[in-house]
Amino acid sequence: MADISVVLPSVLQPLAGGQSILTAPADGAVTVGFLLDSLAGDYPVLARRLRDETGALRRYVNIYVNGDEVRRLRGLETEVAGGQEVVIIQSVAGG
Amino acid sequence: MGCMATEESYVLAIGTKKGLWLATSPDRREWSMSGPHFLMSEVPSIAIDTRNGRTRIMVGVRSEHWGPTVAHSDDLGATWTEPEQGAIKFPEGTDAAVERIWQIYPDAESRPGVVWAGAEPISVWKSTDGGEHFELNRGLWDHPHRSEWGAGYGGAAAHSIVVDPTGDKVHIAMSTGGVYRSLDGGTSWEPRNKGISAYFMPDPNPEFGQCVHKIAADAAVDGRLYAQNHHGVYRTDDNGENWESIAEGLPADFGFVMLTHPRRAGTAWVVPLKADGERIPPDGKLAAHRTDDAGRTWKRLDSGLPQSEYNAVLRDAASVDSAEPAGVYFGTRGGSVYASPDEGEHFIEVASHLPDVLCVRAAVVSASLVPGAPVPA
Repeated sequence: MADISVVLPSVLQPLAGGQSILTAPADGAVTVGFLLDSLAGDYPVLARRLRDETGALRRYVNIYVNGDEVRRLRGLETEVAGGQEVVIIQSVAGG
Repeated sequence: MGCMATEESYVLAIGTKKGLWLATSPDRREWSMSGPHFLMSEVPSIAIDTRNGRTRIMVGVRSEHWGPTVAHSDDLGATWTEPEQGAIKFPEGTDAAVERIWQIYPDAESRPGVVWAGAEPISVWKSTDGGEHFELNRGLWDHPHRSEWGAGYGGAAAHSIVVDPTGDKVHIAMSTGGVYRSLDGGTSWEPRNKGISAYFMPDPNPEFGQCVHKIAADAAVDGRLYAQNHHGVYRTDDNGENWESIAEGLPADFGFVMLTHPRRAGTAWVVPLKADGERIPPDGKLAAHRTDDAGRTWKRLDSGLPQSEYNAVLRDAASVDSAEPAGVYFGTRGGSVYASPDEGEHFIEVASHLPDVLCVRAAVVSASLVPGAPVPA
């Protein structure tokens, strides 16, 4: 089964050892929340940038699964299958 | 003293809306700047902890996108360390998340590993490992008043922590909620606001609910604290049991800053703003004011400050160092930072046109820590 790709914005890549894309083996579909949980094991600081300590996705962090923002899908319960791409992008905010 | 100038340096840490700058000086007159560190993240809280034979700078950093965290540096900002699991985070079961770290406060010399923090949502934290991991103070978090504490314009936070260096007495201040005191090292807390006005509430003299902007302890008189309130400047001589106004003689009783001298009794500084509805220096003229008699009289200090300034100075954008005479520092929301090597008699512009200054902290450090500083033979 193909891996799931997690694409990081450049500003977060130093927290993943400089990698721009992380891959997760997919044995069937998993949720975005599960993906982020597994990512926290290897990259705990990166994980804290994406979610707060309650597990909620930070307000200005957007995660796309195959081009759709997960808040418009099922949030962190959105399922991802092998071969799909998860893209993390900070939203346009600040001044 | 001539010898001291080569052995000691001064560090001024400037936290802004878009990063941290560090300034160093051999004499508090000529400053060298480095930065920005943490570009595009705000730095609303800083502590420079010189205990334990090291100089540790701790910063509360907050990215609009990536949230808050605490980092520290033991080499004056050359490298920064962030605990992997986060230094401050709410434990499971609280269903809360840290929004912003408003205060980092090293405890007394006699408790060298202890560091306190104040955060938003209103919470107090304590570290016993030099600021690398903090525990939530449950006495305050579980306080029956918590649901009635409110948010000031900047958010709902515990922003002031004052610890008795020889005992278990702790005073904190929050906006809004007022002053709370613990006599058992933070296990239990009671409001202590008698005499502080909450003119914006139906009952202007409630037990709690005041919008105290900053408190600071007198260095030499036990039980004496000063408070800059949301309109009102106060002193207590009995650990907060009673507060009395010391605003007479000031051009305005509004402002955010309250500083006290590191050693001398009765000396404190404020930076008045005109009013709640007009948050500018009175008449557009920036000045600090110092009392040397515990608030009976005030002296205007504006030498070296601009003739015209319409930016406010926020509650933690001011600091004193521990030198003799004490240095006084503050920064404006317009990005100017001023330093006085002589307790406010004369100010020197350290920086200008930075982003909004949120926090400044200053310390005396060994010159050997400062790159390029003269090292004694």
